[in-house]
Amino acid sequence: MGTAASSATDRLDEFRQGSIDAFETLFRHHQRTVYGWILRIVRNPSAAEELTVETFWRIYRAHARFRPEMGFEGWARRIATHAALDWLRTKRPVETSEELCAEPMAPSGDDPAVTAEIRQKTALAFGRLPPKLRVAATLAVVEELPQKQVAEALGISVAAVKLRVFRALRLLRKDLERQGIRP
Amino acid sequence: MKAHDEERVKELLRLALKPMEGELEPSRDLWPAVLKRLSAGTAQVPWFDWALLAGLLGLGAFFPASIPVFLYYL
Repeated sequence: MGTAASSATDRLDEFRQGSIDAFETLFRHHQRTVYGWILRIVRNPSAAEELTVETFWRIYRAHARFRPEMGFEGWARRIATHAALDWLRTKRPVETSEELCAEPMAPSGDDPAVTAEIRQKTALAFGRLPPKLRVAATLAVVEELPQKQVAEALGISVAAVKLRVFRALRLLRKDLERQGIRP
Repeated sequence: MKAHDEERVKELLRLALKPMEGELEPSRDLWPAVLKRLSAGTAQVPWFDWALLAGLLGLGAFFPASIPVFLYYL
């Protein structure tokens, strides 16, 4: 156990010095986590793959700035979040909405009043939100991830995450009301 | 916005967007793409950098007296 921990620390030290072998080990260990995180944000598998590559490229370029005491996963998640945000910023709201609508809709559960049309209009309205608000709401509300984890990934405080979620929900509600849906 | 309204919008959002569940995996091994990106990133020098370097070398070759002036302003 002690040997495994010291080996992991050695790997991180080697990575910080620019070792490609250590980087590959870290990549193999963390690529699924990073891919899954990005996919939760962009909700598009092929874009998530491209962004995973972009994220690891950014990670390697920043290897000298890595501080092992911070932990690799949290650091990688933060870089991945920024790469995903950059990608969302380049997309027009219409394209994003189309991607969200292309997803298989969740079953309406116990609420028969929530029709497929309402779900589609909600997805469209969500796609029109500013990317910063959308990412916070996707991770904290849709994926129900801990707000502390979301805050760390976005590089902001928990209070700022709550504020972004609140603003996202308020804008979403206003947009839905404009479309004649009263939540 | 009232707490009840907020909960209702959250609920609508969860119904509209399916949460990503289970083990999420890329469809292919991404390591070769990362390596390719790394080598492209290190080899990529913008064309205007090359043009600037060529210009400076040309200036030095045709007007050697300009070299100390250039070094002075460097």
